Amino acid sequence: MEFHQKHLLGIEQLSPVEILTVLDTAESMAEISTREVKKVPTLRGKIILNLFFEASTRTRSSFELAAKRLSADIVNFSQTTSAVVKGESLKDTVLTLEAMNPDALVIRHSASGAARYLTTFCRSHVINAGDGSHEHPTQALLDAYTIRQEKKSFKGLKVVITGDILHSRVARSNIFCLQKLGARVVLCGPPTLLPDEFKSFGPDISYDFDRALEDADVVMMLRIQLERMQKNFFPSLREYRNLYCLTPERFQRANKNAIIMHPGPINRGVEISADMADSAKSVILKQVENGVSVRMAVLYLLLGGKDREAAD
Amino acid sequence: MKLLIKNGRVVSPLNGLDETLDILIDNGKILDLKAKIETAADKVVDATRLVVAPGFIDMHVHLREPGYEEKETILTGSRAAARGGFTSIGCMPNTQPVNDNSGVTQFILSEAKRHGLVNIFPIAAVTRGLRGEQLTDMADLAAAGAVAFSDDGHPLANSQIMRRAMEYGRLLRALIIDHCEDKSLTEDGVMNEGRASYLFGLRGMPAMAEEIIIARDIILAESLGARVHIAHLSVKGALPLLRAAKERGVNVTAEVTPHHLVLTDTACEGYDTSFKVNPPLRSAEDVAALTAAVRDGLIDVFATDHAPHAAEDKEMEFDRAPFGIDGLETAVSLLLDRLVNANIISLNRLVEMMSVNPAALLGLDRKGRIAPGADADLTVLNLHKESVVDSGHFESKSRNTPFQGWKLKGLPVLTVVAGKVVYPFDD
Repeated sequence: MEFHQKHLLGIEQLSPVEILTVLDTAESMAEISTREVKKVPTLRGKIILNLFFEASTRTRSSFELAAKRLSADIVNFSQTTSAVVKGESLKDTVLTLEAMNPDALVIRHSASGAARYLTTFCRSHVINAGDGSHEHPTQALLDAYTIRQEKKSFKGLKVVITGDILHSRVARSNIFCLQKLGARVVLCGPPTLLPDEFKSFGPDISYDFDRALEDADVVMMLRIQLERMQKNFFPSLREYRNLYCLTPERFQRANKNAIIMHPGPINRGVEISADMADSAKSVILKQVENGVSVRMAVLYLLLGGKDREAAD
Repeated sequence: MKLLIKNGRVVSPLNGLDETLDILIDNGKILDLKAKIETAADKVVDATRLVVAPGFIDMHVHLREPGYEEKETILTGSRAAARGGFTSIGCMPNTQPVNDNSGVTQFILSEAKRHGLVNIFPIAAVTRGLRGEQLTDMADLAAAGAVAFSDDGHPLANSQIMRRAMEYGRLLRALIIDHCEDKSLTEDGVMNEGRASYLFGLRGMPAMAEEIIIARDIILAESLGARVHIAHLSVKGALPLLRAAKERGVNVTAEVTPHHLVLTDTACEGYDTSFKVNPPLRSAEDVAALTAAVRDGLIDVFATDHAPHAAEDKEMEFDRAPFGIDGLETAVSLLLDRLVNANIISLNRLVEMMSVNPAALLGLDRKGRIAPGADADLTVLNLHKESVVDSGHFESKSRNTPFQGWKLKGLPVLTVVAGKVVYPFDD
């Protein structure tokens, strides 16, 4: 078992072996969630702070459940109930909370680099639960876990990621993760949301969704935000839907056994049609379920400490 | 009060000097300049193996006073300038209140006089309150001592206002300095747009935002027969525009900062806010082109865009931190190390860009040369001395430098203003 990180800030700095370690560990964690008593004492006595400076339901509760299944104590903190609204800086807020001696900080923040910034003044393990448009590593790990579950191997897989690539932390983390694992990534979206420079990170890019879908094994859709339309990244939802909505007709171009993924929350009828989201090919809810196992694995690998080394 | 500087290598391109000479100074002026001066003086400085240059002028400094004294004051900024080898600085008007009326200009000048360190030349606002709507009383400001006009940091979006400023400014032969940025293209941006910004997930400020306004300003200056000076030029794409304009005889000049010559946008990788500056650090390709333009003589002036910020202002998320680098105390060493000692430009050219040209642009006709009758403002350099940048030793009130720990060869060691040694300090 190989995992040599103090923090989980992004996928970019992980080795393929470390990524596979997380996925393998998540498999053993998944078993715990099937027991009648869904709890093990592994992280008993550890304190985890869930610092959510940006709205989130699934990621926050997924980390919370993951911590609880490992018997860690978790404290939730959200922006609206905090001193942030009184003008306290991020550093002061986090230092204050860290004075209560937590073992790990899980942070979601709208500013890219926020998780890394915490590591410059915190002693706890820092887990990035999404920083601005930068990375969302646990999402990419749970996506990889889900893909492996469905496809067994990453070698030669064609994964098409479609939508607002420019602003998407999910896209960035997935590009790094899937390429490290041997998959081929194609990015798709309008040119305003898909700068040419993304090619230099390894993927192919395409503006034509129909062509991109040909022979795809995994079709990953990203949420499109209304505010992008207001800033003229695209002219209207109608036009976006016409060009980039995943519909049954379009999906036929993909491989017969292709799966549909989405990190949520979904805009039904915008980037994905309702029948696609609910179809048998959709693994969207499996992604959510796997999220807990993957986050358990991450917490265990970072916080397991001496027990973990002894177990290795 | 007589000061005698002996045995220094005197470099004064304007009158073609580069030889070992003694300099006798009396009453704030250079009195004599000869191979050997044997006379009694109140103070004698031995400049053996040192370079004596006409005082360096930084025409782009933010002194923050009045209004933001927690970042810098006229006194601390003056001390930083003296330590950094500058004898004169031009200070930008984005204070609180804005330097848009002669009262503020006079306040700055009287404070500078009271501290008696370096010469301070106020640069007044082009528009009232830097709001880009109504021109300031330019003639009144010039009479009070403003040497140039700029809405630095609040670029003039409205081309009609810029046109009027240049046109009206002809009355005074006024120099308009423009921070060239089309704000509609840089909205919410925090670093250079490109591969690095996409990788770090930070919002980009594209090069085209700078190029478009430079193109506009050149067209306006050419059409109106006016003068315009491009502040902190940072992008490759602007260089052919500038070259072509100069070849056509347009009255356009440009400055570059040391940080845009030695750092690239990939430095933002760690989200360290000391690298957050506007214009942003650009790509390696831009830096190479800018360096070549400096080497080829296309760029007129080096300026620091000294922009001090208190530690608590910079200690935050990259997205939220203010733009700016504290530059007065690192600029000369950076340029000596990276350009002169690296043989990209000659010492002569450095002196032209740091003294001769800014003096000419700001209309300071007794500065920019070492000759009898000229102001006795001198910058003394040790080209071989190595130093390590340590913001803990800054005289500036702020510490926001991206160069902490850099080892640099070449250092300003003595600064003389109006015949008085202002650095090293007495205290």
